[in-house]
Amino acid sequence: MLKLYSYWRSSCSHRVRIGLNLKGLEYEYKAVNLVKGEQFSPDFLKINPIGYVPALVDGDFVVSDSFAILMYLEEKYPQPPLLPSDLKRKAINYQAANIVSSSIQPLQNLAVVKYIEEKAGADERDIWAKTHIGKGFAALEKLLKDYAGKYATGDEVFLADLYLAPQLYAAVNRFNLDMTQFPLLLRLHEAYSKLPAFQNAAPEKQPDAPSS
Amino acid sequence: MLVLYSYWQSSCSWRVRFALKLKGLIYEYKAVDLSKGEQFSPEFEELNPLHFVPVLVDGDVVVSDSYAILLYLEEKYPQRALLPAADPQQRALNLQAASIISSSMQPLHMLSLLKYIEDKFGPDERLLWVQTHIEKGFLALEKLLIDFAAKYATGEDVYMADVFLAPQIAVVTMRFNIDMSKFPTLLRIYESYKGLPEFLASSPERQPDAAR
Repeated sequence: MLKLYSYWRSSCSHRVRIGLNLKGLEYEYKAVNLVKGEQFSPDFLKINPIGYVPALVDGDFVVSDSFAILMYLEEKYPQPPLLPSDLKRKAINYQAANIVSSSIQPLQNLAVVKYIEEKAGADERDIWAKTHIGKGFAALEKLLKDYAGKYATGDEVFLADLYLAPQLYAAVNRFNLDMTQFPLLLRLHEAYSKLPAFQNAAPEKQPDAPSS
Repeated sequence: MLVLYSYWQSSCSWRVRFALKLKGLIYEYKAVDLSKGEQFSPEFEELNPLHFVPVLVDGDVVVSDSYAILLYLEEKYPQRALLPAADPQQRALNLQAASIISSSMQPLHMLSLLKYIEDKFGPDERLLWVQTHIEKGFLALEKLLIDFAAKYATGEDVYMADVFLAPQIAVVTMRFNIDMSKFPTLLRIYESYKGLPEFLASSPERQPDAAR
């Protein structure tokens, strides 16, 4: 059985959980507590020497990084596809995914916001997070404007949605971002909340989510 | 003809220039002078609301973000493949390496971000931040590639990992004085890049907008 090393709150892990659910793939959930530094434990490093979460184990093959994992799954388990066949629309999916994974997520992840909070306090941390998320969201609104349908790039769920959903979740639930400036993204956020594959991937539904 | 919006010193632009050379693709170079704020012009804003280079224009397709551009190029112009066709493990390895650089490293040492760190927390903190994040990323790459690297990052041929890694090493060693001797595999691969005509031809100094 596939094994996924994941942290409940990690948006990168969240992306992969959605992908596995969409493809109907069962997996064993292996919790790695990032706050406690479990990604540096000898047991985890033995499986994944670079210590990054999420990591997928498929037999004796280990792959980490949410994009690499999703592309591996896409190839091995092609249904349903995570990418449209139209190259132009495919490129929009790659761009949306990378706006999230390069321009937003790295700047509001646990390590970085913790640093800002330690150095300059919680208010500064929140301003920082909201600034970078807001910038990325504004760009996403423009990018997706002419392509969005029921979901980000049309009427079917694709890669962009797997990246948007966790980032929207973090923006709304963790950072209380005012979403009124981002009407398309707000609509998508609501659409995702109705899909079982997305609901079941949500942080609070994971085995390692705090019970209270 | 392909059009590439690029800045000579941008490592992200270098990745795409390198790949275009590898694939033997001719393109029109359109300089965006980041030092003069040309990325904020209304014309460029239309192309990329995040104001980042590079941006590729291919007929009616506009793609921003280097990773998205490279995946688009790989599919539209499959000659001189940047992702090994037959080997899922090697393919995953290349995507992981690319992601480490594009998500875990480059966004955290962008000059605009470093300016914020310096303004808020001082030059010593800026230095510490830069070194910490770059060394963390290179350490992950060293561990990821150590069992696979040969002449190049993932074997005997140049692939996507190299397209990201070569400009990354070149730019950070020049800009931030990183001690690469801690990363012997990466250092060894870098020697191979130095002899690669496509890498040299795509280097900053050889671009039309290079400062004299």
